[in-house]
Amino acid sequence: MCLAIPGKVLSLEAGGHLALVDVMGVRRRVNIDLLKDEGVSEGDWVLIHVGFALGKVSEPEAQAQLRLLAALGEDRLALEEVQGYRFA
Amino acid sequence: MKFVDEFRDPRLIRAAAEEIRRLADPDRHYRIMEVCGGHTHSIYRHGIQNLLPPNIEFIHGPGCPVCVLPMGRVDDGLSLAERPGVILTAFGDMMRVPGTRGSPLEYQARGADIRMVYSPLDALKLAQENPDRQVVFFAIGFETTAPSTAVTLMRAKALGVKNFSVFCNHVLIVPAIRAILDSPDMRLDGFIGPGHVSTVIGCRPYQFVARDYGKPIVISGFEPLDILQSTIMILRQLREGRAEVENQYSRVVPWNGNPAALRAMAEVFELRPYFEWRGLGFISQSALKLSAAYAEWDAEVRFELPGVRVTDPKAAQCGEVLKGVLRPDQCKLFARDCTPEHPVGALMVSSEGACAAYYHYVHRVGAVGR
Repeated sequence: MCLAIPGKVLSLEAGGHLALVDVMGVRRRVNIDLLKDEGVSEGDWVLIHVGFALGKVSEPEAQAQLRLLAALGEDRLALEEVQGYRFA
Repeated sequence: MKFVDEFRDPRLIRAAAEEIRRLADPDRHYRIMEVCGGHTHSIYRHGIQNLLPPNIEFIHGPGCPVCVLPMGRVDDGLSLAERPGVILTAFGDMMRVPGTRGSPLEYQARGADIRMVYSPLDALKLAQENPDRQVVFFAIGFETTAPSTAVTLMRAKALGVKNFSVFCNHVLIVPAIRAILDSPDMRLDGFIGPGHVSTVIGCRPYQFVARDYGKPIVISGFEPLDILQSTIMILRQLREGRAEVENQYSRVVPWNGNPAALRAMAEVFELRPYFEWRGLGFISQSALKLSAAYAEWDAEVRFELPGVRVTDPKAAQCGEVLKGVLRPDQCKLFARDCTPEHPVGALMVSSEGACAAYYHYVHRVGAVGR
């Protein structure tokens, strides 16, 4: 539960609550309300936890997080989680 | 993308291990607690203990949300699923957690409408799609997860979704660390602080660990090199007689955390006067409940809950393992009565639980790294 899933922001949705992200080739919408202060732009990398972007990271850090998920054998679960989001 | 080997840079790993050997006083035994279950998983998965001299021991802390949830709360939550018209929703981590009369999966098999969700927003959506049903979200997790529940409740309020409520079991890591430090059998030398919890709360809330208890605490990333570097930082502090909060994971964790997440939590939640932690007992101000402004969405207000208290089987020594007094395999039930297939104690349920990790990576492999 502690791990976060890195995704790349493809576009922002009207309304300001959601962004379309790419996670390991899967596209899903996630909520970006928790990044209100910093703001999110197209091309940003974010760490995703239970459907919410929790923080912004650099691209190398995002790659490192992906490697970590794979090393812990949790990349499949992470993908399953992202594919499982059905709120948007 | 191509994933490289888990030890991306064996040379750096070797150098870090050598530095640890150099810094560690051979006449001293070091006990370092990694607070977060994600670190526990990484330590076992990568065999990090094997890279360290035998006098440095990792103690696995309480940072696994399903592990610290008392069985009575599981029973209370599951009692909701037995009411007519209720859909109970929970994360996958919860589905195998045993209650007195079985796990959510077993309730499901008996016909209860329990659905696994990946986000609290999925539960809210389910409520919108099923206006004639009551949808309850069984919320668990530390400060990493609580802001998501908070924002979901703010959305429910803004959208006027009235058939949605939250059974709140969010807990806070800082009071748990304090309880461990106050425990009379505590023998820890320092802490590896949680990574993603700290993206939310930042580093300041840990200052009491250094200031009041004189213990180093280093917020750490999850990769093997991160954990080794954090161990080096702790050993350096000990050697130089310092006790400070240091941030090894600054590439992800801002010193001040995530202010928007903290604001959402402050709006939606308030502190419970006390909350029971499995294995640690009652800890004051260690958990969240919904604030008065959100009482309408509070499952504990909307429904009458039995308020069950279940004591763990006497033979299970989860508390001792959580506090680092016993190693998982030193518990009388380990791998005999308590296995990942039939968990008795909660530490055996989740892959982030100390006992399940020990079982998978040490016991079953048959190579004890010490």
